[in-house]
Amino acid sequence: MAEHKEIDQPTGTEKVGHEWDGIEELDTPMPRWWLWTLYATIVWGVAYTIAYPAWPMIEKASDGLLGWSSRGDLHADLAAEEERRAPMTRAIAQIPIERLPEDSELLRFAVEGGRSAYKVNCVQCHGSGAAGFPGYPNLNDDDWLWGGDLQAIHQTLEHGIREPGNRESRYSEMPAFGELGILNRDEMNDVVSFVRVMSGQDSASNASRRGQAIYDIQCSSCHGADGTGNRDLGAPNLTDSIWLYGGDRESLYRTVDQSRYGIMPSWGNRLDPVTVKMLAAYVHSLGGGEELVEQDDSTEVDTNTDDAPDPVTQNERPAG
Amino acid sequence: MNDQPANLTDRETNQFFEARKKVFPRRIDGSFRRLKWVIMVVTLAIYYVTPWLRWDRGPYAPDQAVLVDLANRRFYMFSIEIWPHEFYYVAGLLIMAAIGLFVVTSAVGRAWCGYACPQTVWTDLFMHIERFVDGGRREQYKLDDAPWGPKKVAKRLTKWTLWLLVAIATGGAWVFYFADAPMLARELFSGTAPQTAYFSIFILTMTTFIFGGFMREQVCIYMCPWPRIQTALMDDQSLQVTYKHWRGEPRTRGIKRAKAMQAEEVDASSLLPPGDCIDCKACIAVCPTGIDIREGPQIGCITCALCIDACDEVMRRIDRPEKLIGYTTVEDEKLAMAGKVPEPPLKRLLRPRTLIYFAIWAGIGLAMLFVLGNRSRLDIDAGQIRNPLAITLSDGDIRNGYVIKLRNMEQRPRDFVVTVEGIEQAELWTDLQSRAEATRQIRFEVPADSVARRTLYLAAPAEGPERSDILFTVTALDDETATASAPTNFNRTGN
Ligand code: SF4
Ligand code: SF4
Repeated sequence: MAEHKEIDQPTGTEKVGHEWDGIEELDTPMPRWWLWTLYATIVWGVAYTIAYPAWPMIEKASDGLLGWSSRGDLHADLAAEEERRAPMTRAIAQIPIERLPEDSELLRFAVEGGRSAYKVNCVQCHGSGAAGFPGYPNLNDDDWLWGGDLQAIHQTLEHGIREPGNRESRYSEMPAFGELGILNRDEMNDVVSFVRVMSGQDSASNASRRGQAIYDIQCSSCHGADGTGNRDLGAPNLTDSIWLYGGDRESLYRTVDQSRYGIMPSWGNRLDPVTVKMLAAYVHSLGGGEELVEQDDSTEVDTNTDDAPDPVTQNERPAG
Repeated sequence: MNDQPANLTDRETNQFFEARKKVFPRRIDGSFRRLKWVIMVVTLAIYYVTPWLRWDRGPYAPDQAVLVDLANRRFYMFSIEIWPHEFYYVAGLLIMAAIGLFVVTSAVGRAWCGYACPQTVWTDLFMHIERFVDGGRREQYKLDDAPWGPKKVAKRLTKWTLWLLVAIATGGAWVFYFADAPMLARELFSGTAPQTAYFSIFILTMTTFIFGGFMREQVCIYMCPWPRIQTALMDDQSLQVTYKHWRGEPRTRGIKRAKAMQAEEVDASSLLPPGDCIDCKACIAVCPTGIDIREGPQIGCITCALCIDACDEVMRRIDRPEKLIGYTTVEDEKLAMAGKVPEPPLKRLLRPRTLIYFAIWAGIGLAMLFVLGNRSRLDIDAGQIRNPLAITLSDGDIRNGYVIKLRNMEQRPRDFVVTVEGIEQAELWTDLQSRAEATRQIRFEVPADSVARRTLYLAAPAEGPERSDILFTVTALDDETATASAPTNFNRTGN
């Protein structure tokens, strides 16, 4: 085709050789500016790869003359974001945890911050939706072993549960009634029968009546005569519908026989005070959060929650 | 200059590109030229003035009549305010703009290109500036060929400065649509405006300067896709600028020559009677894209009708009827050649093709107006929290969680009440409350012109269907008729 060129007579332009319905395509040259634009883009492309990281080398890609990197951008962005949040985080650091709800804007900020801290630190045990697993409490419900108000949750987060070596960590241990030889098989079965009656899962039987006598002696000191538990000891309420290790006969028997309890690390050692507060606010917001029961002398309530002694009023907090 | 076949010289000297042939059109006056003036003034005025119009919306919204508020994601147009979730109105407007072009093109051809396209309007303006500085067509060509000297440099600098001023004003006006105009203007001059504002102005200034000053018809011919699409929208009944060759050919050379030919008494049967075109090339001289309309319809013609004005002037001078070049349709052209009377213009305009385009265009417009008139300024979204789905509470009740979004689109803070239907004994509380405070309805205050996002918990007895359909309803406290609802589910099992 390249050999014999056909020329379109009226315009003097070469033909490409294509024809559709009598319309022929001419090989009209590009305008000069467009050609130069093409060259310019090629030059630009090469210059760009020299200015920015691009060329693959043996170890890593070329650094680029401008020294730009996406990691550097990210660091700058993170620093700017931290700067932006500083007024809020400072306010949270200064306010005692139980007074957080007084400032709804601050509370919202804390809940959102807690949500992301939760996703990093807590999902491994309590699940991404905080619904827990057998042995790991569901944080969405309204049953709390050690209390569900902001202060109680904060204390649990700060010092953990049964953490060895932490004097302020919450601590309790149920005796392994079977393994320690306190109760025999039949007695344990009777106690289980009684607990199931107490929680409304079974109706009373001879076994449960026998179990009640054993319960009164062995269990009522912690779980209460009526079975509603004791939060000071982390003793579960046995009359409600929520079971940490399961409420069926088999699970209950194993709990009585071997005793079961979990360990939670103290997050006060690992996270900064603001994050721990935000986590408490988040957990409290999951639906089962309880209202703070005012104590006799409310000014003395706050003992181990924060590092800034002077509470800040809402007006002093910079808007942000 | 147009005797040579278009591309031959470049073809011979260089295989790879075609140098642009400079076009310096001659000034012309006439009815179409005056129409162009009017359209230029009106469109430029709309463009430059709109951002400065004020519109009172109360204390919670900007008072700029037309504003694209990207930061707050609002679009204001006089009394209409568009939220991001209502973006279909903008999409609808864009579709209407496209179909509007279909209507216009099918009826009157490339009227958009010839009169209203920004490229045409600014190129036209730049050409006037050019004539003002350099003088008429002849001087412009002479100056262009002349070697660089003090005079040429001075003239070029003057021209480019003037162009640049227009270009800056053009780029500068654009950013005012995206921010409060008086405030931005002050910031621009004091150097405190956002970087993006300066950058946008720079880009738009440069494109205006280069496209309007130097590229001109090259943009229309090589860069713009619209001429190619328009060809498909036009048919034999669309108006276009046409040289009536049956009337003009064979051409004569000047008035005297025409008279002489008549006097020669040649054999009338062997020669056609001379046509009306005296080959004065006035039509070529005024054409802003530098084409010869006598070669027939072509992609370079933007139907600006300046050649009509030019030729009419000539026809008046040689005492021939006007409109040797005129707006006509291919069909009318055929009728005229056969010596018949062309159809009335209205019949050409009102034909199935234009009517269908118009019906679609008007249909979309009416539908949008209807929806706009009936839209509610209150909206609720209810998204169920699915992780976990259902939670057993200590008393055996089941709890579900929902993330509620309340959109208060009024320009004032309002109190709303959210209730739930479809489930007996429902207890509602928020994530900032405890269940002890649960009620049957929750009250929210939503600030003016904003969205409130809240988590709601709903507890109900465990006895009941596994899954119930429920409906969250929000009602304004100050106006019971302002209400919206969102359906969702209540699940009793699943985690
Ligand atoms: S202006 Fe009219 S008369 Fe003159 S060349 Fe063009 S068509 Fe012919
Ligand atoms: S040929 Fe006539 S109508 Fe077409 S662009 Fe040129 S002057 Fe305008």
